[in-house]
Amino acid sequence: MLDGSSSQKRSMSLLTVLNQKNNSLTTYLGDDVIRIENVSVQYRVPTEKVGTFREYAIRLLQRKIKIRTFNALEDVSFQVKKGEVFGLIGDNGAGKSTLLKVVARVLRPYKGRVIVKGKVAPLLELGAGFHPELTGRENIYLNGSLLGYSRKQMDEVYSSIVDFSELSDFIDAPIRTYSSGMYARLGFSVATAHIPEILIVDEILSVGDETFQKKCAQRFNQFQDSGTAILYVSHSLDSVLSMCHRVAWLDHGKIQAIGKPNDVVTEYRRSH
Amino acid sequence: MMRISGFPWNSFFNTLYYMIKYFEKKMNSSDIYDSSRKIPRTLQEIREVHQYRFLLIQLVRRDILTRYKRSFLGVAWTMLNPLGIMIVMTIVFSHLFGSTPGYPVFVLSGLLVWNFFSKSTSAAMNSMVWGGGLLKRIYLPRSSFSLSAIGTEIVNMILSLVPLILVMLVTRFPFHISMLYLPVSILMISLFSLGMALLLSTFSVVFPDVVEMYQIILTAWMYLTPIIYPVTTFPEKYRYLMVYNPLAYFVALFHIPIYEGRTPTWMEFWPALAIGLGMLFVGWFFFSKKIDEFAYRA
Repeated sequence: MLDGSSSQKRSMSLLTVLNQKNNSLTTYLGDDVIRIENVSVQYRVPTEKVGTFREYAIRLLQRKIKIRTFNALEDVSFQVKKGEVFGLIGDNGAGKSTLLKVVARVLRPYKGRVIVKGKVAPLLELGAGFHPELTGRENIYLNGSLLGYSRKQMDEVYSSIVDFSELSDFIDAPIRTYSSGMYARLGFSVATAHIPEILIVDEILSVGDETFQKKCAQRFNQFQDSGTAILYVSHSLDSVLSMCHRVAWLDHGKIQAIGKPNDVVTEYRRSH
Repeated sequence: MMRISGFPWNSFFNTLYYMIKYFEKKMNSSDIYDSSRKIPRTLQEIREVHQYRFLLIQLVRRDILTRYKRSFLGVAWTMLNPLGIMIVMTIVFSHLFGSTPGYPVFVLSGLLVWNFFSKSTSAAMNSMVWGGGLLKRIYLPRSSFSLSAIGTEIVNMILSLVPLILVMLVTRFPFHISMLYLPVSILMISLFSLGMALLLSTFSVVFPDVVEMYQIILTAWMYLTPIIYPVTTFPEKYRYLMVYNPLAYFVALFHIPIYEGRTPTWMEFWPALAIGLGMLFVGWFFFSKKIDEFAYRA
């Protein structure tokens, strides 16, 4: 009897090996949804701006292209658990935004390892990718697709997005007619329409008026209850103290302190 | 009884089945992102593009809807634009190339390819330079802009067939069954344009000057390609130079089924296929080398 059974067995074993690999990654992660291990991010900055081909060719011949490297993140490690609110504080240029980009997969680390489990919803720039000439409805679908959702997933949440943003009267008007508050409200509603595993919040809690801000806070609480981990970046130390479970203080790309909000914030304040 | 007949096929299809399963498994585990996992770049990008396929549809939709959004005639301009250029070309050049029978059909069928190529490659490059900010903020498959530029032009090409058919009716140009060959021609020019778009986006992110430079090259390239004149007006002595113009092969794939009314021979087809695949390979090679740098530079 010669048929495919032998090759079937071989392929099966390949499949089980792969399954084990995946399972081991899941067990390795445990309760963590974000794990950052010894991550370094390096920007390569040319010492002088070389913008044209001609200049580049000349410099190349003269061997004059000097590239300065600059470490935006250096050997950063931490983990965030399911349902945890993790705060990041630090001065401007400390590497907070770079760290968020590493988690959001925008930047690939130069060294180290990043493991992220589940869907990441970036509240980095609300309404990035909105097209002013398209209507609110068209922009909801466009923005949802930019966040990686399918048509079906967008159909499911479309009405809840319109309700939450309170824009049902204007939904078929081109978005260029919207005020900046309406713009941000729509962006926030699309970005938080699905419950993500990880939410990245970068100083955007000042969306809209006070009633809308309350709704935002409610939505965050709802997310937290359903196990979403929140990565929270803010310059307002009071909001960090009141919201976060753990805090890391970044300075010049390195972690200075990590731990309970009270301890880290006091230490950070003392350094100023 | 021995099932000899089943032997080679069974094992072949089983292997194929488990290979697909294997990759599906590898792909479905994507809810865990591990930066240290080494998946081949090409495979990873194909997976991402598949996941983000709704994004491609939305980007194509956005580009088509917004192009003429504020104009009175709207999307109709997609069809009126080549028609207008064709009329101008016919008035200006019918004098020079008047001996060419059915000159309007000739020009229009050539312009279809040219518009496809020049617009898709320019759009891909521009969205990488000007729309690159998006790549810095949120994660998208890096080839989204190039792919959507090709998609937009495929839709535009199909819409532009309407004025072509109109012109053929008006000038009483005979229709040929060979026009059914056009999907193959469109596929070929898509391969070539995608490769070129990827290559140009890679360069333009590093050197923004390429955007301006490319416009000049395009103008020269257009006049060097037999679009407004038939190859036969080229002096016999220099005609061999056409061999070095890759676009000429793709233009021929449109001229032959529409204008000459026959299906291209294998000898006319394979150079286009080889150049198209080659360009895609070269473009992807450079693009994938720089793929991680886009977020740093764009």
